[in-house]
Amino acid sequence: MRSISSFRDFDWMLLSLVSLVSLISVLEIKSATMHTKFRGFDEKQIGFLLVGMGLMFLISMVDYHWLLEISPWAYGVSLVLLVVVRVAGARVMGARRWINLGGGVHFQPSEWVKLVLIIFVARFFWYHAGRGLGWLDIFRAFAMVCVPMALVLIQPDLGTALTYFPILVAGLFLGGIRPRQVAILFLGVAIVAGGAFFSGKRLKPYQQARLTSFMNPDADPKGSGYQIRQSLIAVGSGGLWGKGANKGTQTQGDFLPIPYTDFIFAAFCEEHGFVGGMGVLFLYFLILMRLIQDAQQAPDIPAAFIVMGVVAVLLFQILVNIGMVVGLMPVTGIPLPLMSYGGSSIIFSFLALGIVMNIRMRRFVN
Amino acid sequence: MALNSKPERRTDRDEKVSATKLHATQYVVVIVLAILATGMWRLQILGVTNYRLLADANRVRKIPVVAPRGKIFDREGRILVDNYPSVSCYLLREQAKSLDADVPMIARGLDLPVEQVQLILRRYAAQPKYVPIPLKQDITPDEQAFIEAHRNELPELETLDEQRRLYPRDGFAAHLIGYVGEVSEEDLNTSKFDFYEPGDMVGKFGVEETYDSILRGTDGSRDVVVDSHGRDVGQLGQTLAIPGQDLRLTIDLDLQRVAEQAMQGRNGAIVAMDPHTGEILAMVSRPTFDPNQFAVRLTKAYWSQVSSDPDHPMMNKAIQAQYAPGSTFKIIMSLAGLEEGVAQGMRVMCSGGATFYGRFFHCDHAHGMVDIDHAIPWSCDTYYYTLAEKLGIDTIAKYATEVGLSQKTGVDLPDEATGTMPSTAWKLKTQHDKWYAGDTISVGIGQGAVQATPLQLARALSGIASGGVFKRPHLVFPDELPSGMASAIDATYPGSGDSTLPIAPDVWETITDGMAQTMLPGGFDTGAAVRLEGIDFAGKTGTAQVVNHSVNGNNLLTGNARANAWFVGMVPRRNPDIVVAVLCEHGGWGAEAAAPLAAQVINAFVSKQRRREGNLLAVTPKPAPTPAPTPPANGTPTALVTTEPRPTAARTAIVNRP
Repeated sequence: MRSISSFRDFDWMLLSLVSLVSLISVLEIKSATMHTKFRGFDEKQIGFLLVGMGLMFLISMVDYHWLLEISPWAYGVSLVLLVVVRVAGARVMGARRWINLGGGVHFQPSEWVKLVLIIFVARFFWYHAGRGLGWLDIFRAFAMVCVPMALVLIQPDLGTALTYFPILVAGLFLGGIRPRQVAILFLGVAIVAGGAFFSGKRLKPYQQARLTSFMNPDADPKGSGYQIRQSLIAVGSGGLWGKGANKGTQTQGDFLPIPYTDFIFAAFCEEHGFVGGMGVLFLYFLILMRLIQDAQQAPDIPAAFIVMGVVAVLLFQILVNIGMVVGLMPVTGIPLPLMSYGGSSIIFSFLALGIVMNIRMRRFVN
Repeated sequence: MALNSKPERRTDRDEKVSATKLHATQYVVVIVLAILATGMWRLQILGVTNYRLLADANRVRKIPVVAPRGKIFDREGRILVDNYPSVSCYLLREQAKSLDADVPMIARGLDLPVEQVQLILRRYAAQPKYVPIPLKQDITPDEQAFIEAHRNELPELETLDEQRRLYPRDGFAAHLIGYVGEVSEEDLNTSKFDFYEPGDMVGKFGVEETYDSILRGTDGSRDVVVDSHGRDVGQLGQTLAIPGQDLRLTIDLDLQRVAEQAMQGRNGAIVAMDPHTGEILAMVSRPTFDPNQFAVRLTKAYWSQVSSDPDHPMMNKAIQAQYAPGSTFKIIMSLAGLEEGVAQGMRVMCSGGATFYGRFFHCDHAHGMVDIDHAIPWSCDTYYYTLAEKLGIDTIAKYATEVGLSQKTGVDLPDEATGTMPSTAWKLKTQHDKWYAGDTISVGIGQGAVQATPLQLARALSGIASGGVFKRPHLVFPDELPSGMASAIDATYPGSGDSTLPIAPDVWETITDGMAQTMLPGGFDTGAAVRLEGIDFAGKTGTAQVVNHSVNGNNLLTGNARANAWFVGMVPRRNPDIVVAVLCEHGGWGAEAAAPLAAQVINAFVSKQRRREGNLLAVTPKPAPTPAPTPPANGTPTALVTTEPRPTAARTAIVNRP
């Protein structure tokens, strides 16, 4: 096994695609914040990107097998951090999601846990690969994902908690779950969901409101339907070519909520139209296809699992975020990978990509 | 735990994940991205028009620009009603963060009761959110400062410069001008107010109501670009407000002023009109109210004060007070008697009253032998009792109706009263009873069920003294109105209007001569007390009992039972240039209470004409009229047949027109 790999094998293609999306992100953040008190977020985003890229190079140097080795420990530490953040985290807008590291730096364990989970799940299915999944295995996989998910859910942070789920789904799918098992699982979930519904255990009011406003955005235009409504107006009024950079009335007039994070794609579509939006979708398509190709060329099973875990998370976040922006999904507060402003999200994305690079650079190891 | 146990490296096993499965995930990626692209297509390609409109609706706010209301002038262009700039506070619900929570703060800052703010909000609850709610008008500088200082906490408050009505002080001409107020909810539900919106100011009374459509103009708007906090970030365009048209009234400010002063401290009404045209020269009602109180914000206290006042300040008594006309009705009786050929040869012996149908009816003097020429100046009740008996109620009613009683005159003011003229048909209809001949007797002197408004009497006298040409009284020159408006006004305010009643020349000459005698010294009637030197002043007083119509004169002079004093007069006696009707509620004797007030108005009119004519070339005097009433048989003083000395400097048309 070759332990030293060369940067000649580094996935420059992927890096170019990611850099392009990042550049679009910075420009759109600049446009969306230029007239607000968040002015300058584009520069901070550049900082996050640089840190992210640095971390990406660093993690690509470390053999992912070592990451697999330590993942149980990392998983344990993650659970502890989630408990700590629940007890001692900084309360922001009614949720404890952050650990204050001092000096204005906040650490969001739930993003970090996502990465750990991808590796830990990969390791788990590696162990079981080809053997067929027994019910006990499926239960264990569920437990692995659902324990941190529950801890994030009670922060409360439904959005991030949901992003753990595709990791499980990808793992089960690639790990060899049988169709019959899938059918039984669906039945079980349906029964549990039905039971929960009738037992009166409901979503929190704001989550209920979000679902209601997703179904009917005009029901309460100034309330929770407001975000979806303004987002639809922003995207729709962009038309084919958009209103031009820095000229989106919804974005510049502060009608579109948080146009630099969750709704950045709406802002972009308003200013750059259907053509621009399709361009970004195409970039995502290339990135995801490249990642799947990396999985196909992966040197071993856990490597493929890791890459596909990353693919699952990215695809899920793209689906939920853009789906929300165009009114196909409820508001969940999931950032758009590589586009939305935010250090934790950016750093997760680049760390995940770094591991993929790591795997790619070792693809000729056998 | 198994989860944390170190997995064995099973390098012997298949080291590749199933290629089919990885391939399948590629399809999943394509499907997911295709779904998202479809969503974008739906919004950006199919829905672009709709969403562009919504985006504009978001950022473009229509700020109403209220059209200044037309000013109101008198006939000579002197201003009666002006506008002044003022600031109003509006509430924009779309801007509110939490409207319900803000209400107490808004109420405090604008010095309004919390309940009132809530009431206003509730009234607009059914309106779309973008409709601005007028919260308070004519706010003080302090309140303006409050709004400016709380832009951040209360972004929903907005100020707007507006023009407000400035009415004459002290209720001057208040009843004819009327006032403006916020359009009421009930009004909005009627078709007449289809083009009005809540919060619009609308004329509520007087000419402000009648001519609202031309006075109000058309509101404009400014399209302002705002951000989501309502901050003004630019302007797109504007629709200019079209100011309301100015309105020139037929009112003569000089006469109006004299009439106002004359009525000061009294209850009742004065109306002066030009019989040639029907133009109303002055119209006063007392007590009066302050329209300025209505124009801005009507306080409960003021409203309850004016609405509960037993003297009815909100009533325009010139057109709404309906009282027994008393002896002024004798003009109409004389017309009926002469036209029917009954009065000419009729002589009545007056011994202070007479008995009809077993009941004694009083006259205030024993006039002796009375004929028609003396019956009018002496106002002999006995004569008219007899005449009424001879004519019968339906003949009296026929003439009274023809000169305009028991119907609206059609004046261009809202809510005119009709009055009452009894007849057999009327009694059958209203009381389901037959008419008793005895009831006719008191009708002969304008008592009983007869009721008329001052304006009805003025119009009736105008027509009779003009030889039967009756004009619709009006306050606005019809030819100055937009085309179609005049006929629309006529249709909206129907009434007797313009009409002609052929009256034989000797009939109306006899009547007007009799009225001229009334005003001369030597006449038994105290009308002579207000004789105007050098003016051919003719008139008829009336003292109409309020409580009952048994003629004994005992209760004429006390309190609310006191008689209503009437006077109708004109100058000159034939084809008069001005007719004045005066009503003094509970004023007592018409000659003492009402006639002097009319004399003041007529005096002002004449001296104004003289002043004006004095500045012009002298007009060749027309031949003097020859009023030649038949000398009474019992040898009345010669003064009765002498005409007034002819004023040398006076315009002949006024005093000498036959």
